[in-house]
Parts: sequence; C-alpha cells; structure tokens
Amino acid sequence: MNSPATPKARSELAASPGWLSPARWRRRRNALPASGRIGLALVLFWALLALLGPWVIPHPPGAVVSTTVFAPMSLRFPLGTDYLGRDMLSRILIGARYTVGLALAAAVAASATGTVLGLLAAISGRWVDELLSRLLDALICIPSMIFALIMVAVFGSSLPILLLTAALGYVAGAFRIARSLAVNLSVSDYVEAARVRGEGRLHIACVEILPNMVHPMLADFGLRFMFIVLMLSGLSFLGLGVQPPAADLGSLIRENLSGLGDGAAAVLLPAIAVATLTIGVNLLIDGLADHGRPEGGGGKA
Amino acid sequence: MSLHSGRRAQAARNGAGAAAESSADNHPQVLVKNLRVVAGSPGTPSVLVNDVSFAIARGEVLALIGESGSGKTTVALSLMGHTRAGCRISGGSIEVCGTDVLSLRPREILEHRRRRVAYIAQSAAAAFNPARRIMDQVIETTMIRRLMTGSAAREKAVTLFRSLALPDPQHIGARYPHQLSGGQLQRLLAAMALMSDPELVILDEPTTALDVTTQIEVLRAFKRVIGERRATALYVAHDLAVVAQIADRVVVLNSGQVRESGPTMQVLGAPRDAYTRTLLSAVARRVAQSVAQEPVVATSGASSRPPGEDNRRQLLLAVEGLTAGYGKANDQGLPSSLALLDISLAVRRGAALGVIGESGSGKSTLARVLAGIMAPARGTIRLQGELLEPRMERRSREQLRRIQIVFQHADAALNPAHTVAHILGRPLKLYFGLRGAARDERIAHLLDVVHLDRSIAARRPPELSGGQKQRVNLARALAAQPDLILCDEVTSALDAVVGAAILDLLAELRRELGLSYVLITHDVGAVRAICDEVAVLYAGQTVETGPLQRLDAANCHPYTRLLVSSVPELRSDWLEGVASASPGPAMPATASSKDLCRFLPRCPVRIEGRCDQQPPPLNRTQQGAQILCHQPANRR
Ligand SMILES: Nc1ncnc2c1ncn2[C@@H]1O[C@H](COP(=O)(O)OP(=O)(O)O)[C@@H](O)[C@H]1O
Ligand code: SF4
Ligand SMILES: [Mg+2]
Repeated sequence: MNSPATPKARSELAASPGWLSPARWRRRRNALPASGRIGLALVLFWALLALLGPWVIPHPPGAVVSTTVFAPMSLRFPLGTDYLGRDMLSRILIGARYTVGLALAAAVAASATGTVLGLLAAISGRWVDELLSRLLDALICIPSMIFALIMVAVFGSSLPILLLTAALGYVAGAFRIARSLAVNLSVSDYVEAARVRGEGRLHIACVEILPNMVHPMLADFGLRFMFIVLMLSGLSFLGLGVQPPAADLGSLIRENLSGLGDGAAAVLLPAIAVATLTIGVNLLIDGLADHGRPEGGGGKA
Repeated sequence: MSLHSGRRAQAARNGAGAAAESSADNHPQVLVKNLRVVAGSPGTPSVLVNDVSFAIARGEVLALIGESGSGKTTVALSLMGHTRAGCRISGGSIEVCGTDVLSLRPREILEHRRRRVAYIAQSAAAAFNPARRIMDQVIETTMIRRLMTGSAAREKAVTLFRSLALPDPQHIGARYPHQLSGGQLQRLLAAMALMSDPELVILDEPTTALDVTTQIEVLRAFKRVIGERRATALYVAHDLAVVAQIADRVVVLNSGQVRESGPTMQVLGAPRDAYTRTLLSAVARRVAQSVAQEPVVATSGASSRPPGEDNRRQLLLAVEGLTAGYGKANDQGLPSSLALLDISLAVRRGAALGVIGESGSGKSTLARVLAGIMAPARGTIRLQGELLEPRMERRSREQLRRIQIVFQHADAALNPAHTVAHILGRPLKLYFGLRGAARDERIAHLLDVVHLDRSIAARRPPELSGGQKQRVNLARALAAQPDLILCDEVTSALDAVVGAAILDLLAELRRELGLSYVLITHDVGAVRAICDEVAVLYAGQTVETGPLQRLDAANCHPYTRLLVSSVPELRSDWLEGVASASPGPAMPATASSKDLCRFLPRCPVRIEGRCDQQPPPLNRTQQGAQILCHQPANRR
C-alpha cells in the first residue's frame, strides 16, 4: 500500500477539505432519492415565488379589481378572485412571501438557538445543564398555540412579535433533541480521544461534536418548520397573525372560508399551497438525512 | 471452478462421519452451482459472489471460510433464498433437499426458511427478546406452527439444552436473556434453531464474539449436537483453527470466489492455494509456540536479550496498588463495584507489556485509568518517576502527549465528520504547533509509517476498511511522538490476516521508534507476537506477571494455563484433547472485595480447606515472575 507521493495526493492533502467541502455536497445531491428531489423542486418553487412575488403580480394585492366575488379562473384572473373581488394569484404570491419568510426565519432561529444551548448544556458542568434544562422545560410545558395566543394578546400582533413567538414556541423542543444528541456524542470514543489529547472544551464542542449533530438537527428542523407554518397559519386563521390587508397563506384560507361551500379556488388554493410547502420541506430534509451520509466503506461483513 | 462428481464419494471417504456412508450415493442435501450475486444498479453491477459451487452431503459439515467482506454471509443467506438489501442473485442454481430455492415464490420461501433451514447468527444476544423468558422464545416457532404440544416442545427443548451442555437444563428456560452469559445464549440460539429438526443448519460465525475459554465449550456443544442429530450444516467462519475442530470439508472464499476446497485435513495440511497459506500462517503464528518450538518474538528482538539487561533499562511506567471501579464510593472511598483490585505493573522503556484476560476482567478499565479518563480509587501511576495526576484534566499537555491510547473500536474512535488529514493534523498542531505545509508533510510521513496510501488523507473514516481505520488510529497516536502507547484490543475487531498485519506494524514501529506498549487483549496470540512481558488479569486482579515465557512455563498460574490451552489449534483432534474449561459453577468473572482467590470456582487444582479459607500468597520466581496462588509451583 506504500506509494510515493504523487502530485495529486499532495494537492488533495493541501486542500484539506472541511466537512462542508463542495465534493461532499455534490455527492450528497447525487445520492438524493426521487422523493427528496420532488421535495427540492417544491421548496425551490415556493422560494422562487416568494422571492419574485412583488415583481410578477398581475394586480396590486390589496386592490379590489373585479366586481365578481369568488370569480372562477379566467385569463384576466388566472386563479380567480377572493371574497372581495381581489386577484387571488397576486394575493397568494404575496402571502407565500409572508409564510415562507416568517416561518423559515423562525424555524432557523429556533433550531440554531436550540442547537447552541443544547451543546452548551451537554459540555458544561452540571449547574449550567440543570439551569438550561429546567428553564426550557418550563417553556415546553405551555402548549405552543396557547403560548402564541398569550404573546399576541400581551404584545399585539406585529411581524417581529410573530417571529419571536414562533421561535420561542419551538426552541425548547430543539434544545431537548440537541442536548440528548450532544450528550450521547460526548461519551463517544473519539470525543474521549480528544479529551485525552488535551483538547479544550470549545474545540470538543465545535469541532468534534457539532458536525455530527448537523444531520439529525436538520431532520428536526424540517419538522419544526412545518409546525411553525401550521402555527402561523392557525394564528392567522384566528385573525391574530399577519394583519389585513396583508395576508399570509393561513389568512387567505380564513378570509375566503365563506367560499368553501362553492368549492371556490380562493379557499382551496392557499390550502394546497400550505400543504405542498410543508410536504416539500419534509421530503427534502428526509432525503438529505437518509442519503446525505458519505458512502460507507468496506466494514465488517 | 466446476463441481467434479468424485467429490461426494471423496467426502464420504474422508470421514464425513457415520451419516455420510448411508447416503453416499444419494443426492447431496445442498447443491450450489455457479452462484453469482451482484449488488448495485443493473448497468454497473459490482460482483459480490462469482461462480461459487459446492455440495454438502447429508450429515456433513461444510465450512465456508474467508475474511470479512469475502462473501461468506452472502452465500449463506442465499441458501435461505435471501439477499441483503441492494443485492440480488444473478446466476447459478441452489438446491436444498431437492428444492430449487431460486424458483420458489415468496410464500414458499417463507415455508422453506421455517421448515428446512435454520440460521444461527453471530450475535446471540441480539437474537433474543430481552423481555421474554428463554423457554417461550425457544419453543415459539414450533408452537406457532402447531408442530407439537406445548409440553412435548418443552421436553424436546430440555433434551437439546442437555445435549448442548447448558447448566441446569430443567430450569434454564425460565430465565431471561440478561441473566445468561454470551456463550450460553449462543448455545440457546442453537437449541432454538434445532427445535424444528431442520434439514440444513447454517451457523454464521457463532463463536467469533466469544472469549477463547467460552468458545471451547460452545464448540464442544455444537460438535456434539451436530453429531448426535446427524445434522447437515454449513459453518461460516474466518478462523481456520475453529473450523478444523468441527468441519468435514472446507471451502475457502476470497473476494467472492472459491480459492480452494476439499476435505478439512487436506486443505489445512497441504494447502494448494496461496491465499489459503496466508490464512494458515496467520493462525500458525498465534499458536506457534505451543505447536512448533521456534520463538515467535524474534521480530521484537527484545526478548532475546539477557534478563539482566532488561532490569537495567529505564523504568518508564510504574503502577502501584491501583484499585478502581464503578458506582458510588462507600465509606472507605471504594466504589461499589470494583473492576480493578490492587494492580501493580511496570513497563520499561522500549518494552511491550501484554495484559491478557477474558472480557469483563477489567482490561479496558485499566487502560482508561492509565490514560486518566477515569480516576482510580487507590494507587499511583508514575511516568519516569514523575507522579501523574489521576485525572487527565490535571495532567500537563506534555504528560498527555507522552502516553497515547489506541481504542478498541477503530470505528468509534475516529470522528466520522473529519478527513484523515484533519484527524492526524490535530495532534500535530496541538503538541507541536505545526501548520500548513510542514503539517501536511508530517501527515504524509505518518501515513507512510503505517503503510497507508497518501491519498487516504482526503477520505473520511466511513470510507475506510476496518484495517485501514485501525492504522489511522495508530498514526494519530504516533503523531504525538509518545513514549508509551496503550493499545486496547486493537486487533480484536479485525480478521486474522488484517490483525496479523497490524501486529507486524506494531512490532516494526517498536523496533524503529523505540516505543513502549501496554497491549491489552484477550488474544494470547497477539501477546505472543509482540510482547516480552505479560500480566494475566482475572476478575480485576493480576494473577500472574512476568516475562512472556511465563505463558508456557510448567509452573504458571492455573488460569494462565486455562487461557493458553483454550486457544484453538489447527489439529482436528485438539478439541477432544484439551482439558475441560470450567468444572465448577461458572461465577461471573468480576471483582468483589473478598480476599479469596477469585479463580476458585473454576480452578481445576484448588485445595479444599485452603483456597476457600485464606487469600492466596504471592509467589516470586527467580526470573522475577509473580504468581498469586496457593498451590506449590510443582503442582500448579
Ligand atoms: N461504565 C461502567 N459502569 C459499571 N460497570 C462497568 C462499567 N464499565 C465496565 N464495568 C464493569 O467493570 C468490569 C471490567 O470491565 P472492563 O474493564 O470493560 O473489562 P474488559 O475490558 O476486560 O472486558 C466488568 O465487570 C464490567 O461490567
Ligand atoms: S489459589 Fe487455589 S483456587 Fe486459586 S488458582 Fe491457586 S489453586 Fe486454584
Ligand atoms: Mg475491553
């Protein structure tokens, strides 16, 4: 097996790729199963719409542009009109912007905070661990919807408050998962090896433990994102979320509920939008979690 | 290779046992022809098994041997009409008792597995449901299929327990899996498999996970029950010496191809294939001293020095009165369950000390205490005279650098998220402040030293084989330029051939870098290969310490003798010749705080009225060996 150093081997050595090397990601996408690719397409689709929304809407989203309410799909109003005669396509495009932006931001905040705190609890002494665990346990006791209602009742409904509410409501769950992951990893042989080597706590946390938490936390993130979308939609449905005339996807469903009996597009389409978005995110994340790991080498038979 | 017709007759001639002669002209029980198993996409399949053919006559035991990854289990599973996920049988034919297995419909395959074939897996512990009693699990399948009444099934199970030499056959069925040892569970699994009188028994590495002393009993039980029932069996193993005890014929598999096949004695005695010879030499080295007279430690060079010079060499590690354990400490500051009791050891610079004992004897605990991962309750550790803090957090970085530990499971000891370059680079940066080109150069050099290709630096542990991982592990320890390396079972997860190569590497590094080792292992062969001193651990106590030659000394400790004689030899009559391993009731081999000889319940030469009354004295020999035993030297 001994071989002289080839220039190629040298350059590979010098490159010393980190765990997020392009090669690794390339392999990851190649390995993505069909369901994961469908998820990726759905997520990209909604992200694109949210991004381009303001530039492609055919009508101003707040303006009453038709005299017919719940108009069927037509060339002028591709997705029909809502209960006031506003253009549905424009409203969905702008609504997706609220839902995707707000829910994504809140889910990222919840997962990131949970991961950092969980890691901290696992590697610090007993006191820090106890304190953090009890604090977040208290938070987890309150059902997230009730927590959201309290927050909105106290602070009113504004975008920053909604973001904070959604993030706080789901940080405790993320923390629990992150902590138990980190505790398990911190007794593994390679962490033990790092300790015997004399590594500091920060190195052990960030370099030895954290990279191995990314995959499971990503899977957890998908779940959390879905819950947050549902919670925000629920809040909007109760009229406590994004305030009119602006509307996220959940508000759109509520506004147009009276059209449900007629099977109006105005109520079905936002519902389908919420469904496809959450399904897309979860398919993508499951695909990443299952097939993102590097190919196993020849282990024991 | 093709199947020649004379083989069946030949099998019968070569002692396939009484069963074979009655059926010598019958059709073979199992007939595999040109079997081919592939994995991956149809466009670019990778061939796992290629053109494998063999036959097993009724009542014959055929061994399938090869290292891990050679396709043994793939072949064995295909006899049950099963392939692992992602694999498929793409050619050949399989016939078991006249049935063409490959043409069976899914329903029929289930029936085939239930009725005709029984499979005994490597890890018995994983095969039992921990929440249910043994008996219920053993008779479960017969009950489901209403083959027998409950009481008849229970009676049959007890008969099987008895044939398998299980203790207390009448009542053992009432116990739960966690109340039994690994060796007992393995035999119970065999009982479960034999309940339905299968026409073919497949044993997949059934003793690989066991201690040598336990392995003997399981092997004996298997051999007996197979003989009694005239079962037709396929025995999958990587250990030739084990196979020699039990198989009538052998098929040697390598990279999915048959390298050699024939009667056991012929393959082991006069191998024709080069690969078979490699396998054989890996085993021969393990038992070399007890079979041939040549000294095996010739590679180390150290043992050929006169003992006087050894003593003059500088003392590197001195351990005194080490006591450690797990659980809450009592009033005297001793933990509730003791894993090590009053251990004293010394390692000289450039020497290698082998610590041997069965699993649970406290070997890993010793490594952890020496490394400072775990603080001892009592005792001191000195490195070149300098007292080491019990806990690693309080040891200086320099002290940490000088003692490196290589963990048992190479898999678990390497962070799967990092490249090999990162893993090796870290100690270089930490201890020597190396970065950039200087560090890369050193990494490349380290890979050279452990005989790995330099391109491996860019890979991650999951992309490496078991042997490669263990080399990386070793390279990481070497990166610190240590004085002493603690090796905890470094070869036990590896095949004989790969493990032998790692041992060679250890010996070479010691010669060239002047390293010292504490080699912790349950494998007597590994100690013979590279150590010049040995400490035998039993239930947390060193029952014997001294030069390597103690292993074969006439006056060694009774436990040392048991351990050494339990290592299987290539002779097929070895199993009959070796003394029974445990006469008394086997007590769990863990430490307790009583002072009596811990080996007492298993000792064949115990002295009633003395061994069970007084703690054993420490005898010293002129060569500096120490033996903890009541028996006078000439009677041990
Ligand atoms: N974390 C632990 N907690 C309690 N007991 C343990 C622990 N680890 C090991 N032991 C016990 O200590 C004894 C020695 O174990 P170990 O050092 O792992 O032995 P070996 O390496 O020789 O197999 C055994 O009886 C084992 O059950
Ligand atoms: S002290 Fe007695 S029981 Fe213990 S090993 Fe010696 S003879 Fe056997
Ligand atoms: Mg161990």
